Amino acid sequence: MFAYIIRRILAAVALLVVVSAVTFAIFFLLPRIAGETTDQLAAQYIGKNPSPEAIQVVKQNLGFDQPLYTQYWNFLKALFTGAEYKFGPEPATCHVPCFGYSFKNHLEVWPEMTSRIPVTISLAIGAAVLWLVSGVTTGVISALKPRSIFDRLSMGIALAGVSLPVFFTGALLLTVFSYEWPILDNLEYVDFTADPLMWARNLILPWISLAFLYSALYARLTRAGMLETMSEDYIRTARAKGLVERKVVVKHGLRSALTPIVTIFGMDLGLLLGGALITEQVFSLKGIGQFAVQAISDNDLPKILGVTLLAAFFIVACNLVVDLLYALVDPRVRLS
Amino acid sequence: MRRSRTVALTALAAAAVLVVTGCTSSTKSTGSSSTSADSSGGGADAATKQIVNVSDKKGGTVTYEMKGTPDSLDPGNTYYAYIYNFSRLYARPLTTFNPAAGADGNKLVPDLAESMGKVSPDGLIWTYKLRAGLKYDDGTPITSKDVKYAVERSNFAPEVNSNGPTYFHDLLVDNPTPYQGPYKDKTGDLKSIETPDDTTIVFHLQHPFADFDYLVSAPQTAPVPQAKDTGADYVKHIASSGTYKFETYEDGKQAVLVPNTNWDKSTDPIRKQLPDKIVLKMNIDQATIDKDLLAGNAQADLVGGGVDPQTQAQILRDSKLKAKTDNAYGGRLVYMAINSKVAPFDNIECRKAVQFALDKVAVQTALGGPIRGQVASTVLPPDIPGHQDFNLYETKDNKGDQAKAKDSLKACGKDGGFSTVLSARTERATEVAAATAIQAQLKNIGINVEIQQFPQGKYLTDSAGAPQYTQDHNIGLMMMQWGADWPTGYGFLQQIVDGRAIKASGNSNLAQLNDPAVNKMLDDAAISPDQAAREKIYGDIDKKVMESAVYVPLTDFKVFLYRPDSATNVASTSAFSGEYDYLNIGTTK
Repeated sequence: MFAYIIRRILAAVALLVVVSAVTFAIFFLLPRIAGETTDQLAAQYIGKNPSPEAIQVVKQNLGFDQPLYTQYWNFLKALFTGAEYKFGPEPATCHVPCFGYSFKNHLEVWPEMTSRIPVTISLAIGAAVLWLVSGVTTGVISALKPRSIFDRLSMGIALAGVSLPVFFTGALLLTVFSYEWPILDNLEYVDFTADPLMWARNLILPWISLAFLYSALYARLTRAGMLETMSEDYIRTARAKGLVERKVVVKHGLRSALTPIVTIFGMDLGLLLGGALITEQVFSLKGIGQFAVQAISDNDLPKILGVTLLAAFFIVACNLVVDLLYALVDPRVRLS
Repeated sequence: MRRSRTVALTALAAAAVLVVTGCTSSTKSTGSSSTSADSSGGGADAATKQIVNVSDKKGGTVTYEMKGTPDSLDPGNTYYAYIYNFSRLYARPLTTFNPAAGADGNKLVPDLAESMGKVSPDGLIWTYKLRAGLKYDDGTPITSKDVKYAVERSNFAPEVNSNGPTYFHDLLVDNPTPYQGPYKDKTGDLKSIETPDDTTIVFHLQHPFADFDYLVSAPQTAPVPQAKDTGADYVKHIASSGTYKFETYEDGKQAVLVPNTNWDKSTDPIRKQLPDKIVLKMNIDQATIDKDLLAGNAQADLVGGGVDPQTQAQILRDSKLKAKTDNAYGGRLVYMAINSKVAPFDNIECRKAVQFALDKVAVQTALGGPIRGQVASTVLPPDIPGHQDFNLYETKDNKGDQAKAKDSLKACGKDGGFSTVLSARTERATEVAAATAIQAQLKNIGINVEIQQFPQGKYLTDSAGAPQYTQDHNIGLMMMQWGADWPTGYGFLQQIVDGRAIKASGNSNLAQLNDPAVNKMLDDAAISPDQAAREKIYGDIDKKVMESAVYVPLTDFKVFLYRPDSATNVASTSAFSGEYDYLNIGTTK
């Protein structure tokens, strides 16, 4: 088991290095292949209306006149040793891990992102719990009572959930519960450690918006998986040997049906942690997604680069966790 | 052009990338010149004519919300009209605009200075005397050296403070060895700004400039103590000279301001210090901002571009809500430039054909209807002093006259028509819609228009604003909007009609108009000490430009603002593009 974990972690690290190289190439190499000059490239690091002086500063600080491999090495090195940029009254320091430095508003990207991670994690985890519980439960019940009223009704709702985008359900929930009947008004993120109740109160609408979308998918997946599993021979065997139905369903049926759910859950959670762009926009949550949208809006390349790497990290990390969970969920996974 | 809110979400790469679009807003307002005040709410457009909900009630929290983020709250590093407006709460420039409604808001008043500038007979030296007893929020005195330093850091250090305009850099006499700014040249200074004592500041200009009092109304003259200037980080610890100081500042999230206890009312005749707290919330979804305004949770949308179309429709259906709105001119002209260097538009008759052919009502509809702009016939908007009403290319009900247009085409020698390219900015949906309407109308007289869209971030640098590019790519027509940096004819016109302002990139004189007569009139206005004479010249320039037919005015942009009951001392001001004047807004809550 230990060797398996180490192997998976090393693979994840290797994947992150590849992701960083690809990301770097997209931001630094592709524009050059497309014919952009170093001035034009530097201008993208400043945002709108860059002055020639500011372009010069960026070119010098990021070493655009150096070979690309040197730039990549400096980029990787900065992640572990930090970097220093020279302009203004004092040099600006980009502390470890230096995910970049915004020359537009002169801020380090990493602290800007990390200050937003709690918001995104709160949003993603809360929604994930909701959609897992509601989606899997609904899927299991529907599968156990196929073509029942519950099955038809829940699958109908699930279909609606898959079909309705978050910007619609989110805006609808906000209109109804924050403004028409203001029982959940003045929604502002409150840190969990400061006030857990307010934290939950102010996030419940975004959670529901996201969970409505995802739980529909999970309900349908679970239902399909359970229907298939429950018709397997070993389920009949389990019943024949006298196991109580609850054990048959949970231990033998659900466990087997869970494998694809865990896989997709890892992907979904990773993507959400990388930024629930639309949900954070609709609910004005200052999370990673909103950070990304604002960075794109401002054409602030260091921030976009940083948030891309962070999102990649979350996806790789979640997949690593999924790989490890496989070992628990599915004994058929080879550990050696 | 002082930037109004420009939000553009552009697609970018990396595995997955997304894009959204943006819009802009700028502003300016109209209305009568009444200085009266109203404490009862007023009705529709009331705040364009007078200050509404007048109150001296202290206390409460005034909340501003905004979509996106400002370029910077640093008064020396911003170019957005709404930050020019908002920054006056914590940064007092030498002069500022009278906190009043409509055109009254265009009036300049002394702020940090005790009076307007005293100009030398040759127009080259401007002297300001600071008020006595001015202090920062930490109690230290404000001196003229701090004003000088503020101008130096904002105009001569673009490697750090790159957001704002550099009018002072361009207008003041430079040192014999060009001044490198306070960060590169830590011991030197700009010799053309003198501070003979702690309350006097003297500016030496390269050439006379009659609008200099307007120029010093920019937040770039708000004092900055050199010892506290941390360059790019100054935004996190701004020394306040106004009624409020920063309690907290979180970039991209929120700023909280509290009363500056060292602000002295006796030094400041125009400000009140009403709320206990001012909160600026950034990155709020526009729909949420609108809902918060309607619910009274926020007192103003900081950007001041107006409610979104969905909210606008909701408000217009409800007479009670409509009574709390202000539909003000936004100090901005929406127009189409005709490239006088691209054939056949080098022939004035072909330009006139376009002028006559357009159904401006249809274009207005594409731009959002009358509530988003009145049909325009002049370059100068109605809320800029010097504006004169005239229409050199009048057509019945502004719906175009194909017969006249075809006559002009014939006179141009192109009665069989021709082909050209019309440029527009991809992210601006209404601009593209207007271009599409124009394309259909010009087709009727035989002009085949191909619409080419460009990203707005590169519109002025690489395409429409790059004369060579327009000539190489047959771009004869260009969609554009323009607002003034300060509300005078010079502030509005100079960059778009002065032939000497044509640049190889970043050019705003899209028509490439270079008429020596127009250039001379601008120079005459710049040195004329008499305001009425200047305004007459600006009106004459407008006529001269329209005679050359290089610009097709489409609409005078308007904003549609909602005024919550909870907000007091609300006035839509022409000085800040129709935005509410943020100087004295209080709350009943």
